[in-house]
Amino acid sequence: MKLLTHNMLTSHVKGVTKGYPLLIKATEVKVSEEEFNPNFVSRMIPKLEWSALVQAADGLGHLQDLPTELIADYEANEDFLRKVHRVLLEVEVLEGCLQCPESGREFPITRGVPNMLLNEEEA
Amino acid sequence: MKLKELESCLQQVDTFEEPKILLEQYPTSPHIAACMLYTIHNTFDDVEGKLVADLGCGCGVLSIGAAMLDAGLCVGFDIDDNALEIFKRNTEEFELTNIDLIQSDISSLSSDAYAKKFDTVIMNPPFGTKHNQGMDMQFLKTALTMATTAVYSLHKTSTRDHIQKKASDWGVNMKVIAELRYDLPASYKFHKKKSVDIKVDFLRFSRT
Repeated sequence: MKLLTHNMLTSHVKGVTKGYPLLIKATEVKVSEEEFNPNFVSRMIPKLEWSALVQAADGLGHLQDLPTELIADYEANEDFLRKVHRVLLEVEVLEGCLQCPESGREFPITRGVPNMLLNEEEA
Repeated sequence: MKLKELESCLQQVDTFEEPKILLEQYPTSPHIAACMLYTIHNTFDDVEGKLVADLGCGCGVLSIGAAMLDAGLCVGFDIDDNALEIFKRNTEEFELTNIDLIQSDISSLSSDAYAKKFDTVIMNPPFGTKHNQGMDMQFLKTALTMATTAVYSLHKTSTRDHIQKKASDWGVNMKVIAELRYDLPASYKFHKKKSVDIKVDFLRFSRT
């Protein structure tokens, strides 16, 4: 599970009003090189919840020098875009779980795949 | 990449080992998948460098094709453990890293779950023939909330008018890109014929 994907995930357990962001509890993380596409990264930025991204990266110990606040005029800032690229696409959670901040419910991650299925009672 | 090359690569994608009838599991043929992706990429430029979702991805043939055509990231969604396992294996064999997977139930997602998060949604949804009537429309409705540019989907030609009407109600444009014929080989024990031809529309939906 890449952090770009994690940034979209929400808990919809019955009764939960804001199941976001999901807290990452990782037991296995992988970092691998991915081809850098500045246009793609630049277009993804407006869709992101920036603080959730920072929190997730930090929690995994992979924040490094990513700014905690989104900078202005990032489209032309290759240096910045590279930092975002690394965090969005190169850090992957392979094993662990995602915890709903409101209900505490844990969604397991197995071989990189988060299981967001709810039980009958929770749906 | 040429169409024939893409099709040839997709022929290497492993498919369901024990397809589950109630989930309407069957693989999208490499030929149809290649034609779909080729059009989406070459005619509409909705794959390369885009954030793509594949709803009901199964073993991943559409996602793998999208990844090979350089999607920025392709995220596959499916409910079934076994299918996702095979999909995972496929991504490893193809050495594709611009793919992510989420195990979830598309038919029970809340309407804002992934709202406007993706550029493009591609899918071959269940047609709703196995005690799950209306499933195709549920998938379509959800897909439309998720995509900012377009949704590409396969639906039975016999439902074309019904879908067109729904699309109008929802304020979306529907375009029939092509009429295809599915040749579904007998995959379940109860299938009496060797194979069955089903007429299928390849549709593109976009905001007006």
